[in-house]
Amino acid sequence: MSEPILSVRDLVVTFGTREGVLTAVNGVSFDLYPAEVLGLVGESGSGKSVTGLAILGLIDAPGRIASGSIMLDGAELLGRSEEALRSLRGRRLAMIFQDPMNTLNPVLRIDTQMIEAIRAHERVSERAARERARQALLRVGIPSPEERLDAYPHQFSGGMRQRIAIAIALLHRPAVLVADEPTTALDVTIQAQILAEVQSLAAETGTAMLWITHDLSVIAGLADRIAVMYAGRIVETGSVVDVLERPIHPYTDGLIGSVPSRNKRGVPLAQIPGMAPSLARVPPGCPFSPRCPRATVTCRGTMPAETPYAGARMARCHHPLAGEPLAA
Amino acid sequence: MNAPIIELDGVSKRFVKPLDAAEKVANLFGAGLSDEVVRAVDDVSLAIGEGEVVGLVGESGCGKSTLGRIVAGILDPSIGIVRFKGRASETLSGAERRAAQLAVQMIFQDPMASLNPRRRVVEIIGEAPVVHGIVPAAGMDAYVCEMMRRVGLDPASRRRYPHQFSGGQRARIGIARALAVRPQVLVCDESTAALDVSIQAQVLNLFMRLRQEFGLTYLFVSHDLGVVQHIADRVAVMYLGRIVELAPADAVFSAPNHPYTQALLDEVPRLEAKKKKFSALKGEIPSPLRPPPGCHFHPRCPFAFARCRVDRPALKEIAPDRFSACHLNDEPGPRPGKVFEHRAAAAG
Repeated sequence: MSEPILSVRDLVVTFGTREGVLTAVNGVSFDLYPAEVLGLVGESGSGKSVTGLAILGLIDAPGRIASGSIMLDGAELLGRSEEALRSLRGRRLAMIFQDPMNTLNPVLRIDTQMIEAIRAHERVSERAARERARQALLRVGIPSPEERLDAYPHQFSGGMRQRIAIAIALLHRPAVLVADEPTTALDVTIQAQILAEVQSLAAETGTAMLWITHDLSVIAGLADRIAVMYAGRIVETGSVVDVLERPIHPYTDGLIGSVPSRNKRGVPLAQIPGMAPSLARVPPGCPFSPRCPRATVTCRGTMPAETPYAGARMARCHHPLAGEPLAA
Repeated sequence: MNAPIIELDGVSKRFVKPLDAAEKVANLFGAGLSDEVVRAVDDVSLAIGEGEVVGLVGESGCGKSTLGRIVAGILDPSIGIVRFKGRASETLSGAERRAAQLAVQMIFQDPMASLNPRRRVVEIIGEAPVVHGIVPAAGMDAYVCEMMRRVGLDPASRRRYPHQFSGGQRARIGIARALAVRPQVLVCDESTAALDVSIQAQVLNLFMRLRQEFGLTYLFVSHDLGVVQHIADRVAVMYLGRIVELAPADAVFSAPNHPYTQALLDEVPRLEAKKKKFSALKGEIPSPLRPPPGCHFHPRCPFAFARCRVDRPALKEIAPDRFSACHLNDEPGPRPGKVFEHRAAAAG
């Protein structure tokens, strides 16, 4: 396999609050390869969005990256100046968010925003930039882009706004695109349109994507690999087929079981008892142990280490459901 | 289907935005502006049998929430009749009407918007049954504890405020509040949409358990087809204010008839579809301010022909218990079956 374009190692992000220091991301490591789609799955509060923000250097006080390493193209990002990061963001790294209304400036026309984004990183004439913007809109499926360039964000529907946000994110053919639940607020038909656009655009530009979502079904169709997060840690990674068909970690298994379409009609859904722990009170040992059907005394006492499995998989579990851990 | 508990007969709901002063002045000078009318629900007839779970699905803006509110009695229809146990609400006496209204309760999507943040849970759940004389004021506390246990909440937390609960627990408070007035019908408007999957599974299981315990009837409004497939007996698919298909859930999901239902099902992401090629229904749902003539779906429909552009298709029975509003069913010859190729590819 080629070299990873993005390599995150032992990332720790903490937030100082009145209740003490909360660790939102606790030792996360993963690699992202060129043109690959990695799905980062987890429930609310699992730390998946904070991981995405950390990659772009967008963690604001009281949050801070306490330790770890984020390498883009083999160069360390942590500790770089804000100026250096700004020259990377939008050019080599880009992000799309759940609500494009927060991404787009409501008082500026679309053309102003897009031209600004192009000229921030490239010395081109305003005219040439506008032409690039027009083509970018055309590529994400916005009808009559020439007229639409003159419109304001509120004049677009939610799906169209998200397309514009994607067009802006991909303007400079970034090496890595972090997508944080970009289709969660959209209807299924619009979601399918956006996923189709993103899929073909990413293939065209060779952009690697970190796709953050709580929806396993979206990931199933889109991603090459999956990483499952729970209480600030990645508990399982592997190829989509492996993870969804032969989950190692009981939490992954529980998540898959909770998806209604996987269950027989009328029969109660397989449910995970309890709820995800508050970051202020993460249980000792394996954080999933209070909800886990397989938990033993060992689980409550010690945090399972990242253990490699066959097929380039990893899981953190004392009592795996499938597969034999590889000898270290 | 059992005897219908709720019947909608030719129900429409129009929302009118009257002209403001400036527009009226403009009209004096011949601007020719008229009131803006949104037909949120456009001539819908639907019967819900006693003890049945009907799923109502569609995209944002199709009118499914408005229809749910009409069923719950929160909105009155502009045209048409809503019958509860065979009797139209206009013909009921005051006391009967109140009883009928209590019998249909609604559970909302966002518990933070539907629970009063300044009231304690015991007051939120207990107020309505006391006001309506279901329990005496002295028995309220015990009654609330019982309701909380029924929905899986710890009665010890009844003195707390809504913000002290998690999202899943707040959803349960909303359910307990609705159950406290002993309803026969629950209208759930996207009641699990804001919850994480593992919590959503818990709440859906609760709905199914309560259905058996209390013999409840549900109208389950959702954009999530996976949830509806799991919980509903029959499914109604709405598009731009109209029901385009109505059939038993198994039939809708295994052999959808209407091209819109087919397209909608095609785009549901599924765990089984590994690395599929997303292909998409073109366009977006048109504005209900200016719905297209004829079949509302024709501008996006791959099979639309001349008649679809002028003639509104009626919701017709195409097989026992199965209804669809599509002109293709009147055409001779084989129907175009697989609309979008990738479903066949994903299945193969």
